[in-house]
Amino acid sequence: MKANAKTKVKIKPIGKQAGLGKRILQSKEFYIMLLPVIIFYIVFSYVPMYGITLAFKDFNFVKGIVGSPWNDFANFKKIFKSVDYWNAFGNTIWISAGRLIIEFPVPIILALLLNEISKSKLKRVYQTVLTFPHFLSWVVLGGIVINLLQDQGIINQLLSLLGLGKNSVLTNGNQFRILVFVSNIWKEAGWSTILYMAAIAGISPELYEAAKMDGANRFQQALHITWPCIMSTAIVLLILQIGSAMNGGFDQIFNLYNSSVYSKGDIIDTYVYRSAFQSSDGFGFSTAVGFTKSIINFALLYGTNKIISKKTGTGVL
Amino acid sequence: MKKHRKKRRFSIADLIIKLVIGILALVSIYPFYQTIILSLSREGDKYRNAVYIFPIHIDFSAYTFLLNEGKVVSGLMVTLFITIVGTLLSLALTIPAAYALTKKNMPGRNLLMNLIIFTMFFSGGLVPYFITIKNLGLIDNIAVLILPGAVNTFNLILMKNFFKDLPASLEESAKLDGASNFTVLLRIVVPTSKPIIAAISLFYAVDRWNEWWNAMLFINDSSKFPLQLVLRNAIVNMGTIFNNTSALEKMQKMGNAYTESVQNAIIVIAAIPILMVYPFVQKHFASGIMMGSLKE
Repeated sequence: MKANAKTKVKIKPIGKQAGLGKRILQSKEFYIMLLPVIIFYIVFSYVPMYGITLAFKDFNFVKGIVGSPWNDFANFKKIFKSVDYWNAFGNTIWISAGRLIIEFPVPIILALLLNEISKSKLKRVYQTVLTFPHFLSWVVLGGIVINLLQDQGIINQLLSLLGLGKNSVLTNGNQFRILVFVSNIWKEAGWSTILYMAAIAGISPELYEAAKMDGANRFQQALHITWPCIMSTAIVLLILQIGSAMNGGFDQIFNLYNSSVYSKGDIIDTYVYRSAFQSSDGFGFSTAVGFTKSIINFALLYGTNKIISKKTGTGVL
Repeated sequence: MKKHRKKRRFSIADLIIKLVIGILALVSIYPFYQTIILSLSREGDKYRNAVYIFPIHIDFSAYTFLLNEGKVVSGLMVTLFITIVGTLLSLALTIPAAYALTKKNMPGRNLLMNLIIFTMFFSGGLVPYFITIKNLGLIDNIAVLILPGAVNTFNLILMKNFFKDLPASLEESAKLDGASNFTVLLRIVVPTSKPIIAAISLFYAVDRWNEWWNAMLFINDSSKFPLQLVLRNAIVNMGTIFNNTSALEKMQKMGNAYTESVQNAIIVIAAIPILMVYPFVQKHFASGIMMGSLKE
């Protein structure tokens, strides 16, 4: 009902507004078009959301989600005391912070640089090369990264040519984090550049003409015209990235990490997987861990969106 | 004179920018090149530094081995199946729903939109998802590689925003002729939306092609593994690629191929189709359709 009220306010009777019953009847074909998708979301998104109640229960395979007994926040008490959880929690925050500081600016810089290349053919070639890793899975890219970094891989051969010792990035926690950032830039930076390039394409050439008349050089044009015009894109992406800060990039880390880098590379999502399927923590505990993550993410998204949209007028929700 | 100097300085800046991006492009393409030459190499090649720059041998044994050994071929079949069927199903679900969601007069539209967007930012998490799938009886069923990803919210919103911007006059003339909304969608909206449908088909196809996660969670029968999971297992443990376990037979089957050439060959097989399709669809991305998704 609330939604109906909203719709009415939004549309405001320009002409005459048909009654609710009539509008429902008129829309019946559209409801049919939507029905399969509504069922999809109920089955694969909202039913699992009900499963979050498991976080407050001791899961029993025979009794199922509904029948399992409540356990008075025992799972959350256990989380609070779990060393592995807090390790994963800290790692997630560090890795997300690194992604924000190191990874986030790269596509902006790339877009500004690409924009300076006037030959459109060359630009397209570069864009193609930089974008396509986005479409490969972390299984494929992880395999390639491991190839590069293995004992006899090219990185180690280069290091020994330079007289430096062999390196084992895959088993050294701090270097592993750097690997996580660099390899994700490799996969995603080119793709994010497309978003910025689209925003740049929408800038009126007259702005640049006027700036040239005023004697602005190309760097000044980039700083005073291009950058302000892509800022709203940057803000939207920033909000979305902060709002998923507790995710940390499961696919990537899961396909690159191993037990020797858990202390620096284990994130909440990978910890949830191991606690659910490779330990005796129980499904209730793993659900609770995942739930803390979702809640923090949602709060971050909501909060950031509120603050930023108040200050700049740009938001996502 | 002054003008001349200015021009020259600019061309140096140009050169630097081209060089920087050129180097970045080389660095990002090189690992793929290396993967290809390693897949064609012979054991022992990798101890000679040059293998990483020029191929020492061009030997297709790894590929012939993979074509004869069951796991990769069956993985490829599963992946092709879920990619084709999955993409068609996704389009059949996404296109009508996206179209219906553009209808402002439909009661409940905003509520639905909000409930759909909410799922982008909040989910039940891994364990409730696992139990849901288990209760649906999808364990060891190939449908589990298609159904949970059948609708992608991002793609749905992208398509909805594209439909929303189509001129209303297009539909109205057809409606005057008494066409139903289904006819309007099929005969008018779909044909005028080819670029976005091409782009979204690619997104869905790539999702299905890269499917490994649901397979790892829910498929135990290795004959139903998609290619990506076969590859993942082969990277962790090469032994999983074989159908049978006799050590002698393994040796005979491999011939000139060795662990690394085989692993790299699977990587190539798992990546090549995307490389081949990508340039044809890429031109649709530049048109700014991506922004629509962000500015809800």
